Amino acid sequence: MSQLTDALASNIGHGQGPGTDTGKSSKPRKPPKVPRGKFSVHFAHYKWLYLLLLPGVVYFAVFRYAPMYGVSIAFKDYVPFLGVNGSPWVGTQHFQDFFSNPDFPRLLGNTLILAFLNLGIAFPLTIVLALLLNEVRLSILKRTVQTLVYIPHFLSWTIVASLSFLLFALDFGPLFLFLNSVMGTNIDFLSDPNWFRPLIVLQEIWKNTGWGTIIFLAALATVDQDQYEAAIIDGAGRFRRVWHITLPGIRSTIIVMLILAIGQMLNTGFEQIYLMTNALNRSVADVFDTYVYFVGITQGAYSYSTAVGLFKSLVGIVLIFGTNALAKRFNQSGLF
Amino acid sequence: MKVHNTTGGRVFDAANYAFLSLIGIITLLPFIYVIAGSFANEAEITRRAFFVWPEQFTLGSYEYIFSTPAFIRALVTTVLVTAVGTLVQLAFTVTMAYPLAKKTLRGRQVILSLVVFAMVFSGGMIPTFLLVKDLGLLNSYWALILPAAINPFSLIIIKNFFQELPQELEESAKMDGATEIGILWRILLPLSKPVLATFALFYAVGIWNDFMSPLLYLSDNSKWTLQMYLRQVTASSDLLGTGNVDPNYIPPEQGIKFAVIVVATLPILIFYPFLQKHFAKGMLIGSVKG
Repeated sequence: MSQLTDALASNIGHGQGPGTDTGKSSKPRKPPKVPRGKFSVHFAHYKWLYLLLLPGVVYFAVFRYAPMYGVSIAFKDYVPFLGVNGSPWVGTQHFQDFFSNPDFPRLLGNTLILAFLNLGIAFPLTIVLALLLNEVRLSILKRTVQTLVYIPHFLSWTIVASLSFLLFALDFGPLFLFLNSVMGTNIDFLSDPNWFRPLIVLQEIWKNTGWGTIIFLAALATVDQDQYEAAIIDGAGRFRRVWHITLPGIRSTIIVMLILAIGQMLNTGFEQIYLMTNALNRSVADVFDTYVYFVGITQGAYSYSTAVGLFKSLVGIVLIFGTNALAKRFNQSGLF
Repeated sequence: MKVHNTTGGRVFDAANYAFLSLIGIITLLPFIYVIAGSFANEAEITRRAFFVWPEQFTLGSYEYIFSTPAFIRALVTTVLVTAVGTLVQLAFTVTMAYPLAKKTLRGRQVILSLVVFAMVFSGGMIPTFLLVKDLGLLNSYWALILPAAINPFSLIIIKNFFQELPQELEESAKMDGATEIGILWRILLPLSKPVLATFALFYAVGIWNDFMSPLLYLSDNSKWTLQMYLRQVTASSDLLGTGNVDPNYIPPEQGIKFAVIVVATLPILIFYPFLQKHFAKGMLIGSVKG
């Protein structure tokens, strides 16, 4: 675990800056002014620091670790009156119920289809947009377009859903009228189950494609410019340069982002799906996250829904470690 | 540098510029439509398919929503919860980051490992809900603030920032008799203003945009935040199949939906220049590898 800590922390921070270690000692484990020896002496010396640490530690204990302990109700029959500890154990009963429930294949299908649509459409579009922006030499145009396409990232899903409700509103929404007149149909996009997935992917593209380009643009800026000159001298056209220089140059970034995306595959985004779900499209809209809410919170099946949530997180963890191992096997730098 | 004097190159550039401009405009169009619609009257919204400028300019929709007690309450609530929540969350994060920045503090590695572990694993929706319920925080605004009080990523970035500040500043302050809390308050915090501003924005946007917490924890609709109110107003009557909407509610006229969306979006757009700058930087810290 601590290896992971270091890896993440050094990734997150700027690495070793000035003054990271006390004094000029080359060995980081030899700070000069620290009273070593008994903990009570150490504690007395640092009592103010430990006092400052207290609220944070209490926060993590209560709001992060207590719910992790609370996951144990997935193996119990939770009765609010008896609490997490007092409720009787039932083993893997809830998991068996879930796997034999006809909801399970439907949820898995819905979740995976949405995940693959996002991976297959939104993810490549982000790279394409980054590549197109990277080709722009007119910096005012580049900055203006970036400014515009980043905006939706900061809006809540409630606003995105509300905008969709207005744009696709029955009988007067601009996109309702436009698309129906183009196709010669009279579809209510908001309630037609066939249009649920396209709408979700469209929202995802509108909200996050622009923002997602930031990382790829940063990676593109690091590609060696000399290679382009050499390629031009060799007579490589624009698309060949993109294919043979630019894309290989950002390959490791693409792989890291892909691993992250696959690790998040089952996290379909509770808010987005919940907001777009209605009585008519439930058959295609239900995913693990919203199912946990509907069954757990609105119907009170706490233990069962916790089991569903736990199953989902475990699969997510397997996915992220699995794709990482796969990336390493193909001789690419993994995430950790 | 790149050579682009071929005909094909110039055609590509022209097409690319046109395409990207179009993408930018398409991204913006929904906002323009909603802003225009919020100043238009009801007849115009239902009659005209799409417009970027109302024929008849009216403030009717805004007059209506700002005379609706439920809207005012939701707006005031959200502003207050966002302000208090941002301060509380920032305070929790900074007070924890400062001791963790001291490499000599015992127990530091253990706590850091536990923080990282909490980034990877979480209890999930139901156990967290039951905890909030057991703490008696249902229908309390603290339920919107405390469960997200410390973002582990923000914590580690702020900790790393503190670590990189010159050690001499603290040592000279200590010689002058300053306590650790005094050092944090009078020396480190003033030096960290830009970083703290970034994370304050980060937390503020999170609270302002949060829909899931109020949905889970606030069943009393007199306590709803703006996002909940927006959801109720814009989900037209045939879309109310998902529960948690007052059955006695009469769907409002179209113009009001437009106006509520504009009000809910406005603070984000006002702060957008700061958001773009700071968030882009925050996103790149540690994300790009090699």
